[in-house]
Amino acid sequence: MSPAAKLPRWAEFGLLPAVNLLAALLLSGAIIRLIGESPWAALRLMADGAFGSQEAIGYTLFYATSFIFTGLGVAVAYHAGLFNIGAEGQAYIGGLGTGLVCLALGHWPFWAVLPLAVLAGAAGGAAWAFLPAWLQARRGSHIVITTIMFNFIASALMTWLLVNVLIRPGQQSPESREFAPNAFMPGLHTLLGRLGIPFAATPLNLAFLLALAASVLVWLFVWRTRWGYALRVAGLNPAAARYAGIRPERVTVGAMLLSGALAGSLGLNELMGSQHRILLDFPGGAGFVGIAVALMGRNHPVGILLASVLFGALVQGGSQLSFDMPHVNRDMVVVIQGLVILFCGALENVFRTPLAALLGQRKPVGSDR
Amino acid sequence: MALTPDPAAPALELRGIDKRFGAVHANRAVSLTIAPGTIHGLIGENGAGKSTLMNIVYGFHRADAGEIYVRGRRVELDSPQAAIAAGIGMVHQHFMLVENFTVLENVLLGAEGGARLAGGLARARAGLEQLARDYGLEVPLDAIVGELPVGLQQRVEILKALHRGAELLILDEPTAVLAPQEADQLFRMLARLRAQGKSVILVTHKLREVMAATDRVTVMRQGAVVAEIATAATSPRELAERMVGRAVLLSVEKGPAQPGATLLTVRDLEVRDRRGVARVKSAAFDLRAGEIVGVAGVAGNGQSELLEAIAGLCLPTRGEISLGGRDLVREGLDARARRRLGLAHVPEDRLRMGVVASFSAEDNAILGYHDLAAYQRGGFLHRAAISAGCARKMSAYDVRPPEPRRRIAAFSGGNQQKLVLAREIESEPRVLLVGQPTRGVDIGAIEFIHRQLVALRDSGKAILLVSVELEEILGLADRILVMHDGEIMGEVARADATEERLGLMMAGVRTEATA
Repeated sequence: MSPAAKLPRWAEFGLLPAVNLLAALLLSGAIIRLIGESPWAALRLMADGAFGSQEAIGYTLFYATSFIFTGLGVAVAYHAGLFNIGAEGQAYIGGLGTGLVCLALGHWPFWAVLPLAVLAGAAGGAAWAFLPAWLQARRGSHIVITTIMFNFIASALMTWLLVNVLIRPGQQSPESREFAPNAFMPGLHTLLGRLGIPFAATPLNLAFLLALAASVLVWLFVWRTRWGYALRVAGLNPAAARYAGIRPERVTVGAMLLSGALAGSLGLNELMGSQHRILLDFPGGAGFVGIAVALMGRNHPVGILLASVLFGALVQGGSQLSFDMPHVNRDMVVVIQGLVILFCGALENVFRTPLAALLGQRKPVGSDR
Repeated sequence: MALTPDPAAPALELRGIDKRFGAVHANRAVSLTIAPGTIHGLIGENGAGKSTLMNIVYGFHRADAGEIYVRGRRVELDSPQAAIAAGIGMVHQHFMLVENFTVLENVLLGAEGGARLAGGLARARAGLEQLARDYGLEVPLDAIVGELPVGLQQRVEILKALHRGAELLILDEPTAVLAPQEADQLFRMLARLRAQGKSVILVTHKLREVMAATDRVTVMRQGAVVAEIATAATSPRELAERMVGRAVLLSVEKGPAQPGATLLTVRDLEVRDRRGVARVKSAAFDLRAGEIVGVAGVAGNGQSELLEAIAGLCLPTRGEISLGGRDLVREGLDARARRRLGLAHVPEDRLRMGVVASFSAEDNAILGYHDLAAYQRGGFLHRAAISAGCARKMSAYDVRPPEPRRRIAAFSGGNQQKLVLAREIESEPRVLLVGQPTRGVDIGAIEFIHRQLVALRDSGKAILLVSVELEEILGLADRILVMHDGEIMGEVARADATEERLGLMMAGVRTEATA
């Protein structure tokens, strides 16, 4: 196996993802042409649907918020050398924590509810990540397998809770009652309105700012604290970690707790920000999109932010597309998202070698750093 | 080969081989001629371009310019398959063997000759038996490779190459894993191959071996050939100077040791591996301030486990390790706690354990010390202090280039090691454990590292030195412990130590005059 070709930083983090995205869009365009629609019109519809108006931008960023939380969660685990497939389940159980706080304390003022809701969401997600982490650290049970299984357990548990315990009496659909308005996350349009900036009413809410804050905190933690240092050493070289007196087992558990806590914050956006109740399958796959987002964002908060906006745009622009183009249905949109994940994730190195060769020829004396 | 080769033509001729990797000019117009029926040494420091050149000959890399002739015929070696077809065989430093296959299966691997194994196996068996008779290369064909001693595994690699019809054999650092006696055996075997008309390229950095085993020697420096000499007409000193480009001290200058108080005591130490096999058996010794105690032995005889047990990286099953009166085993102290007690450790395998390859130099310079108060400010890592600390270490230990932000993997082995050494020595330990301090390190840096170790000794610290390089042990140690199969065979004062005596003890022979 030859090592992956080295690219200059700007190409690694700018050009290569752009080329991958372009390839995914080209192939998507070909498929759209195949089913008899104009690829160009489809692209314009999608872009317009995602960014064409304040409303569109609001929805795109609302979806992106959830992906930022789960993407950060996956990335923190990744830096510790752990592939956390369980963000979906952790988001589900974390959301339960957030939801329970909102149901129980909805009569408190919002600024009292918020910290408790944040803590409960983090605690729920962390708790759901703890057992797989502990099994990995103590028993060597592979975290990929256990976190996948815990997604199913979370799903079953939540179905049972919603059908039998949390369901609003006298109602057929398995949902909790609505939170009291004090427990609603203020919409960003409201907050902007208070500052005198008009913005269309969308589900985009305060959680978006919390997600941005979480990105900064994750960056500080991973790259600027001794714990983050220990985490990266353990992830990159467990033998060196042991040599340095870092216990990889502890790092495994610690990193997964943090990962779960981040994923568990999804409820702040989805439940407090939009649904205002606990309902079945509210993460809606955001935990899995988080994996793609982290992968595409190179596990760096800035990259995750950008990738989250891209995936938010795909969701929002995609629903606009399926709405406006009769032949392009929901599943077609999923295909397009799948192609983006395929090219930016699984096939991300396909264009690396040709790009390196191209750049190498143009710039023979490249820096080797 | 289909064409009948010209018997007088060189076994291999390289003309003007040139190769760049980005900014690195790895080979500069290298020309090299290997006469048939000779053993040719290829020496040079790390990064001198030996490996690149050999990888070009073996078809791993393609040269940017230049021509390759095998027995007078121009060849295009664009893959190892092409090299094998041209009669070139390579024995890598790290064996390319499937450990749980038998010798026969390993030799067959890649040359099965059809979908059914039975025919190929029978042909391979017959062929190998012939080779064994011709060259005295006896190997149990049905033994599992992983269960063979290292010397025999190497023999399997050589058989593999010969079985594929190699006329020219490239051996890359073949003695790194061998005891002196095993190395001598290897050289006798190479001499037999030479007598049968085969040619050998011996890539090495050990001058002693070049002098002992080769007919001619080519010295490379900075990608270019700087000398090609008949071995009989040169000396180790001259070769070393050609390699480094300046005069070097081959031996370490040091005064007599002045041992002080006992700092580290090991008693009845037993370490078992995961399978429960005892790797260290009832080891006992003292280490005193102001002395270097060397642990000699063939790789894999328990030295690594001894070192790791003392450093706190593996738990002994029995015994006592005390440092300044505290029993590290009973107290269950981990590597970090031991470091705080003044026990520093330069690990044997730098890249596996001593550094994080993708980290910058400055991040590696705090590995193990990352939670020191000096590197913290307000709960965060104090980047400026970390950078400054690394820059200081780099200048004090002559780490080149002195760029703290540069990725550690972009430094040469010698400079990486100097940084690791700086990190551990600058922590001002009472006891320094050092494993293979000069493995993969070029001669210029070896000299520097040895001087640093002697200086540390003279400042009253205790050093436990584990090395598979006998020369290094003999050059540095004041007392020598020899390990064989997990046991300390005996202790020899430096004055009484000879290579022969240590070699016998390393092979498991107890000598009477052990102290």
